[in-house]
Amino acid sequence: MNLPVIIKFVIDLLAVLLLALGIKGLSKVKSARDANRLAAFAMSLSVVGLLSYYLGTSGIAIQSWIWIIIGSIIGSLLGAILAKKVPMTSMPETVALFNGCGGMSSLLVALGVAIFPISGGQENFDFFKSLINEVSISVSIFVGAITFTGSIVAMAKLQGWLSTPGWTQSKVRHFVNIVFAVASLIAFFDLIKGNTSSIWLLVIVSSLLGIGVTLPIGGADMPVVISLLNSYSGIAAAAAGFVVDSQLLIVAGAMVGAAGLILTQVMCKGMNRSLVSVLFGGSLSAQSTASSGSGEYTNITSCSVEECALTLEAANKVIIVPGYGLAVAQAQHTLREVTKKLEQNGIEVVYAIHPVAGRMPGHMNVLLAEADVPYEQLKEMDVVNPDFPATDVVLVLGANDVVNPQAKNDSSSPLYGMPVLDVQEARTVFVIKRGMSAGYSGIKNDLFDLPNTSMVFGDAKKVLNDLIGELKDLGVGDK
Amino acid sequence: MSFISLLWVLLLGSLLGLELIGKVPPTLHTPLMSGANAISGITMLAALTLIVKAEGNVSLLIIGSVSLGFALFNVVGGFFVTDRMLAMFSRKQSNKK
Repeated sequence: MNLPVIIKFVIDLLAVLLLALGIKGLSKVKSARDANRLAAFAMSLSVVGLLSYYLGTSGIAIQSWIWIIIGSIIGSLLGAILAKKVPMTSMPETVALFNGCGGMSSLLVALGVAIFPISGGQENFDFFKSLINEVSISVSIFVGAITFTGSIVAMAKLQGWLSTPGWTQSKVRHFVNIVFAVASLIAFFDLIKGNTSSIWLLVIVSSLLGIGVTLPIGGADMPVVISLLNSYSGIAAAAAGFVVDSQLLIVAGAMVGAAGLILTQVMCKGMNRSLVSVLFGGSLSAQSTASSGSGEYTNITSCSVEECALTLEAANKVIIVPGYGLAVAQAQHTLREVTKKLEQNGIEVVYAIHPVAGRMPGHMNVLLAEADVPYEQLKEMDVVNPDFPATDVVLVLGANDVVNPQAKNDSSSPLYGMPVLDVQEARTVFVIKRGMSAGYSGIKNDLFDLPNTSMVFGDAKKVLNDLIGELKDLGVGDK
Repeated sequence: MSFISLLWVLLLGSLLGLELIGKVPPTLHTPLMSGANAISGITMLAALTLIVKAEGNVSLLIIGSVSLGFALFNVVGGFFVTDRMLAMFSRKQSNKK
């Protein structure tokens, strides 16, 4: 072992250690920010390690430097600009886009190596080694392409650029996807056998497979898919690690792959869905409206903003239940103004955060944090549920399925078994909603029919603005 | 590096990943996902290797460079976005103190 090899080994080891500590630290609120920086530092360290190794051994040609600099500057700059500009409400699609590009990178590396075998890799090229090489290239292309197209479709759907085409809800899509999958497998084995031309077939059909699998999935299942794709991009990186013989890549890729899987599982549990039904069940709304006919509302009470303000003024304890509607209406700052007024009047305000409220776990936390809501006021479901009977007013803002009592009472409901917030236990419930449309599950919400529930119809932001006006008139918070 | 030892690396890396994020408060799910996503951009090392070993093959240089660009887009963007999200949590806490 010569010096550059030893140095690279030490740096790699250190980088892996720091990356592991980074992921670990990201799971605690206190250390999360430092942990993120630690991980970023570890990544730059790994680049220094790799470059210094090549400088110390084979050297790096000027030409290579030029291309390294061009690629790094363009990529980093675009990434940094996007990261600074994107609004907090569109975090899920941003993560999806970044993720897709990671997959694309692994795909390109594998393509490059496959089409132009790197010199230096050719020596002592026995059959076994070449087989491993072909397999890792194929895996990298396959997973990389699925990650890329899947993430892009996920992003486009979340942005509203793409809707769910009707045919994807019928059985046809299984047939189509099976065809893509079989074609991928054929191309995969053909490539391993040494038929390099089938590489393009593999690229095309695995790209199509990524689209075909992601397209039928409905809005609220998207976070699960993004998390799963995040896991895939780790696997793609690990496969690329086999291609270029880098242990660091394999370790880091495997860590991300495993971590993504765990996160995916957590999200599925929160929605009471299995991963299989998310991936192959299609959009939940399409199924349930067809099967159960969803039923009519019989006892809807709607009320004016003024009544809502009067009730709020008289309350001692108020719980806010935010949902995706709040994010769509961009009403987090307006909401904060309302709660500030209430707090100034000595009313206790708490936010009840359901684990899958919004389109991503933690979506609501991020959104409310942006509006300067103190972290201590955000309560998780298990903590806040016993508090509802002692609560005067619950404000449901753009949340629906996460407050549906059916999940507890009606064993025939598709939602049955999903953990929900027991808002109906509170004295009064106000549901601020644009109309009577169902939540993403497409299921009737029994909460709306209860005598202590009143509906306030309107866009969340507009209703909250009106509410501020009404509270002002009542003299709430004018101190 | 023999294939078998690389497989061991893969296995141990996966186990490490499973152990690392056993318990995470839901608050941190989005930042964790975004942070892990940034780390998956480690494939930039593969892109770098490709460029260094291209030895004047222009097509390979370009593929490597584009790949490096994609990877760094993921890495830099990912870490910045994660930091932005986490900054909002920590600001809240320091206000309290």
